[in-house]
Amino acid sequence: MKKIKINLSILQPLIALIIMIVAMTLLSDNFATSNNLFNVARQISVNLCISVGMTMVILTAGIDLSVGSILAFTGAVAAGLIKNGIAIEGMNLFIGFTLLGVIIVALVVGGVIGWFNGFMITKFKVPPFVATLAMLTIARGLTMLYTKGFPITQLGNDFDFIGTGWFAGVPMPVWISVLVIAVAVLFMNKTRTGRYIYAIGGNERAALLSGVKVNRVIVFVYIVAGVLSGVAGLLVTARLDSAQPNAGMGYELDSIAAVVIGGTSLNGGKGSIMGTVIGASIIGVLNNGLVLLNVSPFWQQVIKGLVILLAVIIDKIQKKELD
Amino acid sequence: MNNNISDTVKMEARGISKSFPGVLALNNVNLKIYAGKVNAIVGENGAGKSTLMNILSGVYSEYEGEILLNGKKVSFKNTTEARNAGISIIHQELQLIPYLSIAENIFLGREPLNKLNIIDIKKMRNDAKNLLGKLEFTKDVKTKVSMLRVGQQQIVEIAKALSFDVRVLIMDEPTSALSESEITILFKLIKTLTARGVAIVYITHKMDELTKLADYVTVLRDGCSVGESAIKDIKIDEIIKLMVGRDIKEFFVKKEHAKGTVKLKVEKLSLKKKGNSEKYLIKDISLEVRSSEVLGIFGLMGAGRTELLETIFGLHLSNSSGKIFIENQYVKITNPTDAINSGIALIPEDRKSDGLVLDMDIAENISLASIGNVVKNGMLNTKMELDQADDYRDKLKIISYSAKQAAAKLSGGNQQKVVLSKWLVTNPKILLLDEPTRGIDVNAKNEIYKLIDQLAAQGLAIVVVSSELPEIVAISDRIITICEGRLTGEFERKDFSDEKILKAALPTN
Repeated sequence: MKKIKINLSILQPLIALIIMIVAMTLLSDNFATSNNLFNVARQISVNLCISVGMTMVILTAGIDLSVGSILAFTGAVAAGLIKNGIAIEGMNLFIGFTLLGVIIVALVVGGVIGWFNGFMITKFKVPPFVATLAMLTIARGLTMLYTKGFPITQLGNDFDFIGTGWFAGVPMPVWISVLVIAVAVLFMNKTRTGRYIYAIGGNERAALLSGVKVNRVIVFVYIVAGVLSGVAGLLVTARLDSAQPNAGMGYELDSIAAVVIGGTSLNGGKGSIMGTVIGASIIGVLNNGLVLLNVSPFWQQVIKGLVILLAVIIDKIQKKELD
Repeated sequence: MNNNISDTVKMEARGISKSFPGVLALNNVNLKIYAGKVNAIVGENGAGKSTLMNILSGVYSEYEGEILLNGKKVSFKNTTEARNAGISIIHQELQLIPYLSIAENIFLGREPLNKLNIIDIKKMRNDAKNLLGKLEFTKDVKTKVSMLRVGQQQIVEIAKALSFDVRVLIMDEPTSALSESEITILFKLIKTLTARGVAIVYITHKMDELTKLADYVTVLRDGCSVGESAIKDIKIDEIIKLMVGRDIKEFFVKKEHAKGTVKLKVEKLSLKKKGNSEKYLIKDISLEVRSSEVLGIFGLMGAGRTELLETIFGLHLSNSSGKIFIENQYVKITNPTDAINSGIALIPEDRKSDGLVLDMDIAENISLASIGNVVKNGMLNTKMELDQADDYRDKLKIISYSAKQAAAKLSGGNQQKVVLSKWLVTNPKILLLDEPTRGIDVNAKNEIYKLIDQLAAQGLAIVVVSSELPEIVAISDRIITICEGRLTGEFERKDFSDEKILKAALPTN
């Protein structure tokens, strides 16, 4: 007989998610339709891609505030390349890009920005909050420079398929986010680097003394966060058939919310990708449900904030950290 | 001068006992503090000096026994009550706020207010100036404390104590960070205070200070007061004898093993303090350890013992110099990974902050330094990891309900065994142990001594750092002493003598 293992730390957000789904099903006839559920899944897929990277960063006791700006910049780069390629006027040279080429370049750009974050944090000991806050405005500024402040639109059907297409009866963004999650779960549980991420967040000095190349692992998680923001950038751009210079604004907050609601500690060392998946789902169901129930968008924000507080307080009570 | 009859007892501790979970820190301690005198307290690390001072100054309010002040029983609930009764303590680590001024530090938390309930800066500065005047210290009271040297900061602490109308001033190793000239100034200041009738309680490791400064001395050992005398009635050698004169409990008998070849050789290892090119934390230390040999390193806290092990382990590359040879091969160790690959293991002093990831379970902690051992087909193999942990839980008798128990939920002794297991699975040739038995119970200590002996028998070269003299004498084949970063003595097992070893480790000016 195979023993079923239930990770206690994700049990509580899971129960909250189930209660929400049941409540929404009872409150609204439109919730539990396949159309709407795919809609929810597609909506959260962008946040999921970002939040998987964010979980790894937060597990090392770091934070990445630049994910929304990286999303916008990579999206703009992808859109610009697919539309205009690179023209070097003096040499009368034009470089065109295939779809795969564009995807690779966008992800590399995300990775390089992430590397820069990690480099600042490990080499110059800039606190992650500050380093990535700086990158939040740098990458946004680069996006504005690159797009001159205008959206880049009409990107062609092949590219748009990434965001709007269906494969085997499931939207493409959902496939992509599921793939990202599956790889991340495997990575975190089955590889050395995954284990080292937990060890660094739990006790950086003990990890260092155990021969873990701490700086290398920290740079790595910021690269992953950058690449996954790039994935999210492609999804958003393809979905809208347009790279908006102000895309992804405030996404870092939704992502941190998903990680926190999913039970990952901001102090690092404790948490899981699956918890974050549940956290992002809770936010997604909440957003969708409040729209279906005709709650004003202003109230939606208030309620979302309260849910974040509630999640953390329940977690503290359960762990008996309060007096 | 030291007339026992005419000197008046200002403060007295009678039958003080204090225990912490698992440890009896003080056991029926008696102490007399004479007004207008320097009352020295000496004892090895862990003898109970700090605990006693914390009780006198109100840090600990729960203890057995009684404290008399001017012959009347007192009990302080906190440090404020003690200070208001005229008892102040100056800790070894000064407790000033660097970015506030001298005046702001002196009156922190009780700033004089004007009618509008706003800080009366003028009065505060004047009062501070007057206090400093009494100490013949002329620095501007607006100066930020961070701009002062350690000796000057200490004077600010003394001024702060004076502002409470101090009658008993406790000083914990006040000269440990001072230069020669600063020490002279401090001693003069102490004489001024005693002339005003202030009783000084003076904790020190420096024996020459006793003759220079003290009027009375009390010796603590293992939480007991074992001797008390006017300084003119006792010789320094007698004091040292009292400090060490304990029976080594015969619970562990070391076995002799034939020594093998030299495993680790260190040549002229030095470590400079970061950002201070003048100050050395360790200086020109050379040593070697053979296979099956246990080398003990004895020194007081802060002597550079931990820094020595850490430097060998590659933690201080940028500010250290010297050469390390392993099995007669020169090796360049630039980080802990290199050290581990060269066959060195370091069991750090503080297992909670340096040794363990407390949230991780036993199995995960044990595999952390050698995770490649439990990787199969490129993936971590949980079964191999758990089997490895179960093996060591069995071998080292780690008391736990499962290999998946979080390290945080283990007792100190079992946590230490997890750290040891982590390093044993790396299959080291050289084992460096920093205070391996600190804060663990007697049984676990005994088990760790036996384990060290077994590992030596298996051919490992072992270096043990300890500040417990009986421990290091019991388990070592050879002992070196270090003091203020320098090697000050070397003893073969046949020449072990508690007094000689302690004397070599004590600083002399």
